[in-house]
Amino acid sequence: MTETGIGAAVRRTEDQRFLTGNGNYTDDINVFGQTYAAFVRSPHAHAKINGINSTAAAAADGVVAILTGEELAADGVGPLICGWNIAGKNGVEAHNSPVHHALAMGKVNYVGDHVALVVAETQAQADSAAEMVEVDYEELPAVIGTGKALNHATTIHEEAPGNMCYDWEIGDASATDAAFANAAHTTTIEIVNNRVIPNAMEPRACLAQFNKGTGDWTLHVTSQNPHVHRLVMSAFNGVAPEHKLRVIAPDVGGGFGSKIFIYAEEVVCTWATRKVGRPIKWTAKRSESFLCDAHGRDHVSKAELALDADGKFLGLRVNTKANLGSYLSTFASAVPTYMYATLLAGTYTTPAIYCDVQGVFTNTAPVDAYRGAGRPEATYLLERVVETAAREMNIDPADLRRRNYIQPDAFPYQTPVVHQYDIGDYGASLDKACDMADVGGFAARRADSESRGKRRGLGYSSYIEACGIAPSAAVGALGGGVGLWESADIRFNATGSVTVMTGTHNHGQGHETAFAQVISEKLGVPIENIEIVEGDTDKGPFGMGTYGSRSIAVGGSAIVKAADKIVEKGKKIAAHCLEAAEDDIEFAGGNFTVAGTDKVMNIAEVAFTAYVPHNYPEGVEPGLHEQAFYDPLNFSFPAGVHICEVEIDPTTGETEIVNYTAVDDFGTIINPMIVEGQVHGGIGQGVGQAMLEGANYDENGQLVTGSYMDYTMPRADNLPNFNVGTTSTPSPLNPLGVKGAGEAGAIASPPAVINAITDACGGAMIDMPATQEKVWQACQAAE
Amino acid sequence: MPTVSMTVNGKAVSADVESRTLLVHYIRDHIGLTGTHVGCDTSQCGACVVHVNGKSVKSCSTLAVQAEGADVTTIEGLASGEELHPMQAAFKENHGLQCGFCTPGMVMSAVDLANNMKNLDEATIREQLDGNICRCTGYHNIVKSIKDGAERMGG
Repeated sequence: MTETGIGAAVRRTEDQRFLTGNGNYTDDINVFGQTYAAFVRSPHAHAKINGINSTAAAAADGVVAILTGEELAADGVGPLICGWNIAGKNGVEAHNSPVHHALAMGKVNYVGDHVALVVAETQAQADSAAEMVEVDYEELPAVIGTGKALNHATTIHEEAPGNMCYDWEIGDASATDAAFANAAHTTTIEIVNNRVIPNAMEPRACLAQFNKGTGDWTLHVTSQNPHVHRLVMSAFNGVAPEHKLRVIAPDVGGGFGSKIFIYAEEVVCTWATRKVGRPIKWTAKRSESFLCDAHGRDHVSKAELALDADGKFLGLRVNTKANLGSYLSTFASAVPTYMYATLLAGTYTTPAIYCDVQGVFTNTAPVDAYRGAGRPEATYLLERVVETAAREMNIDPADLRRRNYIQPDAFPYQTPVVHQYDIGDYGASLDKACDMADVGGFAARRADSESRGKRRGLGYSSYIEACGIAPSAAVGALGGGVGLWESADIRFNATGSVTVMTGTHNHGQGHETAFAQVISEKLGVPIENIEIVEGDTDKGPFGMGTYGSRSIAVGGSAIVKAADKIVEKGKKIAAHCLEAAEDDIEFAGGNFTVAGTDKVMNIAEVAFTAYVPHNYPEGVEPGLHEQAFYDPLNFSFPAGVHICEVEIDPTTGETEIVNYTAVDDFGTIINPMIVEGQVHGGIGQGVGQAMLEGANYDENGQLVTGSYMDYTMPRADNLPNFNVGTTSTPSPLNPLGVKGAGEAGAIASPPAVINAITDACGGAMIDMPATQEKVWQACQAAE
Repeated sequence: MPTVSMTVNGKAVSADVESRTLLVHYIRDHIGLTGTHVGCDTSQCGACVVHVNGKSVKSCSTLAVQAEGADVTTIEGLASGEELHPMQAAFKENHGLQCGFCTPGMVMSAVDLANNMKNLDEATIREQLDGNICRCTGYHNIVKSIKDGAERMGG
């Protein structure tokens, strides 16, 4: 390992600009002649619009334009789309897909829904004028509550009878029924996965410009995937042809899924900038982020686990109602289906699994992928039912898991629910986690807590997830509308420095550093001579962005593939210059060497020769610039064990996490410092969901947790330090052996926390978030 | 519109702004220093923290006119040329930032904390950091950074 190569804890290149206030976020960018946007938003969850009167608003100071859905439609701008079709039970080929107008057409379907755009000279003028727009609403009853939406007296969309988007199933129902018929014990739980709001610290923003001279648009936008924004906005919304639309996602202040999606604001502003002839900037206020960013999770489920007398899992049956919100967001349909139920085997050999999911519409913000996206929901359900079964059968919960693990010699392992796991050693992670968490000393610690009038609990979570989504053909076969390859473009400059362009996007993950480490390792170039360029459709070749922990597994593989091509071409040039046969050239540490001699040429010299090809091999093109596209062979499958230990004061319900241990198998790790940081952050969000966070709508559809005064974000004093370790079974299916590390913490932690709290409370069921009041109630019941 | 003048990062600045202009918008939109961020609209997140006359202030809950004549330091004014302030250096060394958006406010709060309290322990740092929200790091490395930074500052 070199000091800057794969496996080194290199300090981050990008930190210098962030630490000195020189980051370049969308709202930091201003252009000459810029105007400001404000959206008129629905104050009602469900209402007809009988008319919009903007006469007074249009006459207000500084107002440039007020535009509505009628004008948007008249210009042929298409509705917002969902890019994943879910076929249903009984041969239903397509899910119900209500039209989602970027600006409302006669009806609004959630609080915050977009009614009109106001463009003005200043932000204050735009905000004031937006309040002056008079909208004649006729209120309709709101459909609220994940479990109450189906066949509600009110139907939100004509296209979705009974408020059903789809009724979908996976697995073998009859084999699962047979497993239950033979079971010695059955554990049943009813469980809620609480709705959360992503809350990246940078609010969403966009700056749209149209150049009359060239007929080109430039859109700066807070996006995790600028090429996907360009593709959808041209192919489906039709606001600009793909080759005339440049999408730039500059520094982006966190995403967690919420900045994948193509939202109304950027579509409307890109359309409107040409119409008004001025650049338009929109920046969300935090209250708008709460109302209109896609929310996450929101499942109501019943899970049944069948076990034999020894605790071997025989079958798992699950029904889930998944709240999709008022409209389908960009990838919403896939999250509670293919991103969720395909993970229900977990790390276990359960031979028969059946799950059906009803996706439902409600008068709430759209729900889509949030850190983990379906996998946290699967892990939470599975690890809660497994822990409950251990309690009911009086089997040690670690032991019960160990009895059911897929063994290291069983890979590749085909689960009953689509996935074929490539590699893993779940027992190794469990052993290490138990050791690090000192599970052996827990009984003594519990006795000590009890002697002080406290309660103590220990909770496990043995998770697996599917990252690096996914072979394009598989995505297509399951209804996905895109390919999920990634690209890389490696350009040596004549002076020996390297520019690497790739289609993933860095919004906190440290790509500028980790990808440079891969290049430094593979090509022997000093890290300070490597520039990683992302986030601009005019620079990178093409790409699908960053989500689902895909950047290193898919994007990193594309980089390796392009680097291999560089070496291949470099060998031809070096062979010519060193007067040797190409087969005799070896490459290592940045040097091309004639095998068995001291004849050597550095890759920087090769690059110079490629651009100044005076003495050059015949038939070889000048230049040292290679591109690769990589389509993954499979998902990757990070897995691990998290153990949470809590101490509770039963007189107040105050819960303290006294130890949190995470052992994760991410395969090869490029930068352990960055990976640890990703795990910390994921656990922080997972603990937030488990103990603090919850998006609540009242019965009228008003979001009552719409600010940081009401929605409990984890703060420094809500979280402990984390005890983090790893095991490693490198993936055999990608060239780096990597798996992806961005979401594991958020996937693994909620069940670990709740299993610990319920253990402390004598096994009572507690739904997330386990607030102080709920924990106090559970303690009272236990005592 | 009143003319509001102050010293920002050692430089005299002046701008004609509406009376209702917040200090954060004065700094970002009129002085052009965009390192100070706006992350919320309820004075909770702390992304906008700057120092006014040496004390940390949420610039989203201060009017620009209230800072008339004040000595203001923003994140851009912390380093000496290319050399990072010890707190900035500690954040880099300890991976105390990911997306970077909360970072300016976090660092400005941390410097004020280290100036005001000596021998900072973990629990104190966590408690004192209540006014700054980070969504990326789970705070683990921020707490570590602040402890290290405070020590580097001589605390």
